[in-house]
Amino acid sequence: MALLEIKDLQVKYGVIPALKGISFEVELGEAVAIIGANGAGKTTTLHAISGIADKCGGQVFFNGEDITKMPAHKIVSRGISQVQEGRGVFPNLSVAENLSLGAYLRNDKAEIAKDYEFVYEVFPRLLERQKQMAGTLSGGEQQMLAIGRSLMARPKLLLLDEPSMGLSPLITENIFKTIKKLNKERQMTILVVEQNAQMALWVSHRTYIMETGNIVYGGASKELKNQDFIRKSYLGQKD
Amino acid sequence: MINGITVGGSYALIALGYTMVYGILRIVNFAHGDVFMMGSFFGLFCMQFLGMPYYVAFPIAAIATAIMGIIMERIAYRPIRTADSLTVMISALGVSTFLGNLAMVLWGSGTHAFSGFSGITVSVYKFDNVVLSNIQIGFIVLSVLLMMALYFIVNKTKIGIAMRATSHNIKTAKLMGINTDRIISFTFGIGSALACVAGLLVGIYYDAVYPLIGYSYGLKAFAAAVLGGIGSIPGAMLGGFVMGIVETLGASYISAGYRDAFAFAILIIVLIFRPAGILGKKEIDKV
Ligand SMILES: Nc1ncnc2c1ncn2[C@@H]1O[C@H](COP(=O)(O)OP(=O)(O)O)[C@@H](O)[C@H]1O
Ligand SMILES: [Mg+2]
Repeated sequence: MALLEIKDLQVKYGVIPALKGISFEVELGEAVAIIGANGAGKTTTLHAISGIADKCGGQVFFNGEDITKMPAHKIVSRGISQVQEGRGVFPNLSVAENLSLGAYLRNDKAEIAKDYEFVYEVFPRLLERQKQMAGTLSGGEQQMLAIGRSLMARPKLLLLDEPSMGLSPLITENIFKTIKKLNKERQMTILVVEQNAQMALWVSHRTYIMETGNIVYGGASKELKNQDFIRKSYLGQKD
Repeated sequence: MINGITVGGSYALIALGYTMVYGILRIVNFAHGDVFMMGSFFGLFCMQFLGMPYYVAFPIAAIATAIMGIIMERIAYRPIRTADSLTVMISALGVSTFLGNLAMVLWGSGTHAFSGFSGITVSVYKFDNVVLSNIQIGFIVLSVLLMMALYFIVNKTKIGIAMRATSHNIKTAKLMGINTDRIISFTFGIGSALACVAGLLVGIYYDAVYPLIGYSYGLKAFAAAVLGGIGSIPGAMLGGFVMGIVETLGASYISAGYRDAFAFAILIIVLIFRPAGILGKKEIDKV
């Protein structure tokens, strides 16, 4: 049984379908990527899993439990944490307060303290800026904060929505190195959606390709990298 | 001046309810003035018919009003959370009309006095040329204490951080595991309890409560919230005191007949120069 199982998931905005019945799964310990152009439905997929988009069909199973109809805050309690597109940090709260919200549902004080240390170890920048309002951070620092905040939830599954968005290639690379490390060294299960196919293929074991609300292809990232159509349409390479 | 601070304290307490609800839901709860009125009646009822001393009646009435505020949100606002602002305004006016009429059914349309029921006897102190009554002192102390308590809750506690997060972005707050419906209920409860205390203070100070009292007080407190910057908690406190002081000074030095005109004149003047209010921030449009 996979950690996350999506079956025939459908979402509509008004009458316009955004997800037309997609199915896929993420195994425990895996890093899975979904790539696709702008508007393909990647963000909607993550929102549907997290419970902040209304589903009109299909099912979502997490750890064997049907979470299709569960309210968003309960889904968090089951161990899913999402890093939103465009970071979604609270600009009116300090860095430390933002991190504390990641651990909102936890009561294990000693373990929370360890996780603060861990987050500050992964992102030393955040330690320097602890007391600063999150709105004053740079884009890269906000991305670190958003990821750090999710780590404070100690999730079983980390959902990442376009972590590369708006960041320089160098910072993007650093962020993805961190993501890979979390997956490899901390055995954190990761589902990342990206327009940056190169980074997505590099960080993940398996990759799905999404086009206008459908998953059109799926396979091992290593093999996908060498497929002609991927190189042409998603990696922008010519022969 | 003292009178202005006293009245300002009640405007501030009511304005906090407007500003907190606006901060979280971006709606103006036009029924808030009626919540203030009902709170005042609840307190009077506790003292007059249940024979409670004021220090028991205050918290009991505040709790009852908080529960009423929470129920109001459930019935009148939650089902239309995603509706446009006109729908919300109509719903708010409906609640306002309902509460005003409910008060008339329960207590009649006349004015009720507090004296004799509150168990408070007025005594007056003189310091040089300042005259203070024990009611004024109690009024100011209580309103300032409540504001300090609120400031502490919002800025230093876990639920306060959750309130600020929810007011910035409900969806993101949900992704933190925050039960945002509960935070919204809590906000309505706190706002209503503060309005109730304001209603009791005003009732005892002027020795009067009547079903329509909510309109003028509600409107001025709303103006105070806008003056301070709607959505801003310190703004509502400041706006309330500025409003109270300006109208009292205007009334005593220029003309008492234009009391309300001064209150709104200051609002208009401030909004011309600072459209977002004194402490308000420019709204960053959410995508
Ligand atoms: N809140 C919304 N209201 C209406 N349509 C939306 C909304 N969010 C997304 N869409 C539409 O749904 C489709 C999928 O969007 P999205 O999931 O954001 O794609 P991606 O993340 O892959 O760029 C797009 O056509 C988009 O225009
Ligand atoms: Mg997207």
